Amino acid sequence: MTFGRGLRPLSIASTVLLCGAFALVFFYAPNDADQGFVQKIFYLHVPMAIVALGGFVAGGIYAIRFLRSGDRAHDLRSYVAIHMSLILAVGVLITGSLWARASWGHWWVWDEPTLVSFLIVFLLYACYQPLRFSIDDPERQARYAAVFAIVGGAFVPLNFMAVRMAESLAHPRVLSTTGGTMPGSMRLTFLLALAGMACLFVTLCKYELASKSATMQLRALKRRLGGDEALAPLGRSAAPQSLKV
Amino acid sequence: MRRTVGALMRKDLRLELRSFESVPAMLMFSVSAFVLFRFGLDRDALAGDLAAGVLWVTLLLAAVLGMSRLFVTEQEQGGFDGFLMAPVDRTAMFLAKASVLFCFLVAAELVAVPAFVLLLLEPGWGQILPELLAVLVLADLGIAVIGTLVGALGVQTRARELIVPLMALPLLIPVAIGAAEATAPLFAAGGAGPLPGRWLAVLALYDAVFGLLAFAVFDFLLED
Repeated sequence: MTFGRGLRPLSIASTVLLCGAFALVFFYAPNDADQGFVQKIFYLHVPMAIVALGGFVAGGIYAIRFLRSGDRAHDLRSYVAIHMSLILAVGVLITGSLWARASWGHWWVWDEPTLVSFLIVFLLYACYQPLRFSIDDPERQARYAAVFAIVGGAFVPLNFMAVRMAESLAHPRVLSTTGGTMPGSMRLTFLLALAGMACLFVTLCKYELASKSATMQLRALKRRLGGDEALAPLGRSAAPQSLKV
Repeated sequence: MRRTVGALMRKDLRLELRSFESVPAMLMFSVSAFVLFRFGLDRDALAGDLAAGVLWVTLLLAAVLGMSRLFVTEQEQGGFDGFLMAPVDRTAMFLAKASVLFCFLVAAELVAVPAFVLLLLEPGWGQILPELLAVLVLADLGIAVIGTLVGALGVQTRARELIVPLMALPLLIPVAIGAAEATAPLFAAGGAGPLPGRWLAVLALYDAVFGLLAFAVFDFLLED
């Protein structure tokens, strides 16, 4: 199976989109009236958060497809989507913390519901890799990871709702992430940054898929040439190591 | 289906009655935690938010003890194999285990909640009992559903004692939020306030969503 198709145009597209978005951020979008220059981190932080949450949900959807079809390629896709989202999520927590420090004076604020619910989702998905790693049988590992990914995918929206409700009365939201209150130039910049981040996410996922499937094919070829003795034994791994059932 | 669930439940409840593994552990843990909170917070009596927080954090952590034991006998003594060989619907296992965990939680809370009231709450709590029961039942349902799912996921891993709490606690944070927000006005210092209905609705929604979800995916955890 080839996962490497279309890598070059995707890479070019994400470079162009992200460079364009950052050019707009620094030279076109106006400084925020309250927060000044610091608010620019918004164009990095929020797209990353949206893409990471989308990636978690996508991991759940691929997991459903894996359970329905038994096709291990979907398990690999689910794994890669969640893996990349986890990496983005670390970035989201760091940039969110920086932004909170710069605009509110604290590294962490508990009355910002989006930040808190994101932390909870991150904590949950941080168990995904340990769960996979501690199941030896690859077939069972894939199945259990899929169940976890589906539960997690459903948990993301419910958790955001619960955390937001816990705060909504005391702290009305000033800046809505959907862009409802943003002026046009900010919204354009934000949408471009979001598109760039989504494109980057897809590109990185495809790179990881291509790399993983190349490793698997290489292993298969080695086995064909030299038999089972030619292969180093597979170590335990959190990542899927074969597409065969 | 009903007979299968009944048989499985009877087996688990009888096992518990003979071995006393889960419920006493949950109970002892809760009471020790209340005593710890008494000295950790250095207060003679709690009220409002703080009381609700102490109660729910303790109950959730105690529930984790029950979850990680829930499937251990099935795994170690071949209960899964026997069940899979029987010509019955596999979802019966989920329903039975969730009901058993619910019974364990209720049994532990029958002692733990009065202990909490006696040890940490201001006197004059008689009139909040019906409201408190409603919150407890809704929260226990959510804990039982998540606990069954996570227990079944965790029992096949090598690091069972680590994986189960790591997965269960983030998943149960919405339950903790809903239950604590719903019980905080009941424990208010100046007499109980009205029960906030929307938090009960959140708990019920959570139970419904994860109940259906667990019902749908549980089969995949038993296939072999």
